[in-house]
Amino acid sequence: MIEATAERRSKQCWRCGRTFGCADGEPGCWCESVLLCRETLAELRTVADDCLCPACLGALAEPEPSERRRWAKAVPHVAVRARGVPFPWGLAALAFLICALLVGLAMGPISIGAGAIAESALSHLPWLHVHSPLGATDQAIVWQLRAPRVVLAALVGGMLAIAGSAYQGVFRNPLADPYLLGVAAGAGLGATLAIAYASAASRSGELLPLAAFAGATVAVAAAYVLGRSVGGVRNAGTLILAGVTVAAFLTAVQTFVQQQRSDTLLEVYSWLLGGFASASWHNVVIVAPYIALSSLVILLHRRVLDVLSLGDDEAASLGINVRRTRLIIVVAATIGTAAAVAVSGLIGFVGIIVPHTIRLLVSTSYRAIVPLALVLGGGFLVLADVIARTVMSPAELPIGVVTAFFGAPFFAVVLRTTRRLGA
Amino acid sequence: MKTVSFRRRYLLPLAALVVLTVSGAGAHAASSHFPTRIVSLSPTATEDLFAVGAGKQVVAVDSYSTYPANAPRTKLSAYSPNAEAIAKYRPDLVVIASDMNHIVAQLGKLHIRVLIQPAAANLNGVYAEIEQTGKVTGHVAGAKQVVTTMRRKVAALVRSVPRPTEPLSVYHELDQTYYSATSHTFIGQMYSLLGLRNIADKASSTSDYPQLSPEYIVATNPDLIVLADTVCCGQTRATVSARPGWGTIKAVKTGEIVAVNDSIASEWGPRIVLFLKAVASAVKTLENQSK
Repeated sequence: MIEATAERRSKQCWRCGRTFGCADGEPGCWCESVLLCRETLAELRTVADDCLCPACLGALAEPEPSERRRWAKAVPHVAVRARGVPFPWGLAALAFLICALLVGLAMGPISIGAGAIAESALSHLPWLHVHSPLGATDQAIVWQLRAPRVVLAALVGGMLAIAGSAYQGVFRNPLADPYLLGVAAGAGLGATLAIAYASAASRSGELLPLAAFAGATVAVAAAYVLGRSVGGVRNAGTLILAGVTVAAFLTAVQTFVQQQRSDTLLEVYSWLLGGFASASWHNVVIVAPYIALSSLVILLHRRVLDVLSLGDDEAASLGINVRRTRLIIVVAATIGTAAAVAVSGLIGFVGIIVPHTIRLLVSTSYRAIVPLALVLGGGFLVLADVIARTVMSPAELPIGVVTAFFGAPFFAVVLRTTRRLGA
Repeated sequence: MKTVSFRRRYLLPLAALVVLTVSGAGAHAASSHFPTRIVSLSPTATEDLFAVGAGKQVVAVDSYSTYPANAPRTKLSAYSPNAEAIAKYRPDLVVIASDMNHIVAQLGKLHIRVLIQPAAANLNGVYAEIEQTGKVTGHVAGAKQVVTTMRRKVAALVRSVPRPTEPLSVYHELDQTYYSATSHTFIGQMYSLLGLRNIADKASSTSDYPQLSPEYIVATNPDLIVLADTVCCGQTRATVSARPGWGTIKAVKTGEIVAVNDSIASEWGPRIVLFLKAVASAVKTLENQSK
């Protein structure tokens, strides 16, 4: 037997207020010896922010083990232990985002002094009477080209990361990303159709993002209907397969259209690669409401995502309408992702690597992952875009190249680490 | 996706190496008959064929051969050519720009002669291809005349533009995400001929057709903007002027935004003179303004 050597710290029970020693569920913690009924544990996880004291937990424990019940160890699930976002991590994430935004604003192919940019920013405030030291050209570069690009990258990055974590939670699949149910294929088809068949003049307006948005949402709706018709709503795996099927079909149509109109290849290709080269404040204004609404819905469901991660049956036994909840989260994540894709094209890997980094470094609870993904995803994509526009300056690098260049090695690390943990 | 990079104007132009591939072991090479049923799968070749006077021998051209208007345009694809579809026109010569889908070998099996005329690397390449087209189709004199006229017009245009001590700068736009072309490309050389400084050259280490950062374009402040994305992407003087932050660019202020038909700026045949003329006249206007 391993001696109870885990380091304990003093905690206050959130139920009765008593102080007790707790090793945060590490091996050796006293709570390992308390047996809880699985349903009770699941219920605890939805309401609790932290561990219970021995007295309270003991009161909930099963008096005598019965064969008919399924048993779970009382070691609290991370979902119970985690109190949302740990304060230092939350602070660090915000600091990271702010630094990324500042770096994004200060760095570019054209070097403009950070001090001058700061003064120019202050000159926008009416009561300070600071005079902007920037000339008209630099002023335009910083505030018309660079600033909207940085803000858009932050919004899109945050959206892709939060949608990725939502999909991973809803489908209990670590490889799920925001494009899982056909968003990418649908948006690609929508954009290709618009480029191939709409008149060039109409395309310089909103038609292209609208077509991409519509394609993405229709694709996911089709995947959902297909999944449901084969009984996939209760089984997340079937829904994923439906998504793969729809995506394959739409990609085939897209390739066909593209071949028919090979003069549009370059435009389609450059759209699919994605990026922020032509970002404007107008784009920001268009997508911000969708991304805000969708992120808010996912944020409000972060606790439910923790419950869903236990399994559909457990979640259902706690009174959660699994089918409806899953639909709400999928719809929110899809609309946000579709809006992001509509203005930035297909940017891969953000939706996978950001949530997984948080999972590895901070916590596996969605109460921590979801808000942190929003903040860190934004910062990550802003920095990726800085690399995309500076490293080959004055040429641009496709941002997908940057995210995947860092994403792929990262993925190898994730795989190695998870294997080690599993062994 | 790979096929995208084969889009002709994005191809690194090969040396003006023009290969005449003859089916079989060259058995038909000595044939003294000139082809009477020509299929062209290259817009530039179509233009050349009609220019040298071989238009009557052409029975079918591919879907993107839009010039001249009387060319027998069909649905034949130059990007995914199909030997059977081409053979339906019973050609005795097929002109292509690149050997997509191993079409040369496929047509070889059907004993159809193939002439490969890749995108020319420079003006001499264009002249050589026109002369070759004349030779192969039996219009040597016509081809010679086309080339002589072109040479004369190009020389006159080059002479006509003023050469300020500080060369004017130009931004050539291929699409609205700011893909451009450096001086290593055919179209880039046209700007060099006219004594212009191409702002894309700073990015030539990445690609001959780099995607430029918009910040860089605005900061470099080009005197002249040439839009080769008027047809594909609907860009006009108005849409460029409306881009946020672009109002400070000299070319936008003076209105020297030259909108050219995409195909003129990407088909390197006789019509390249029209392109040079449009750019040269913009340069002259600018010079007159500064006086």
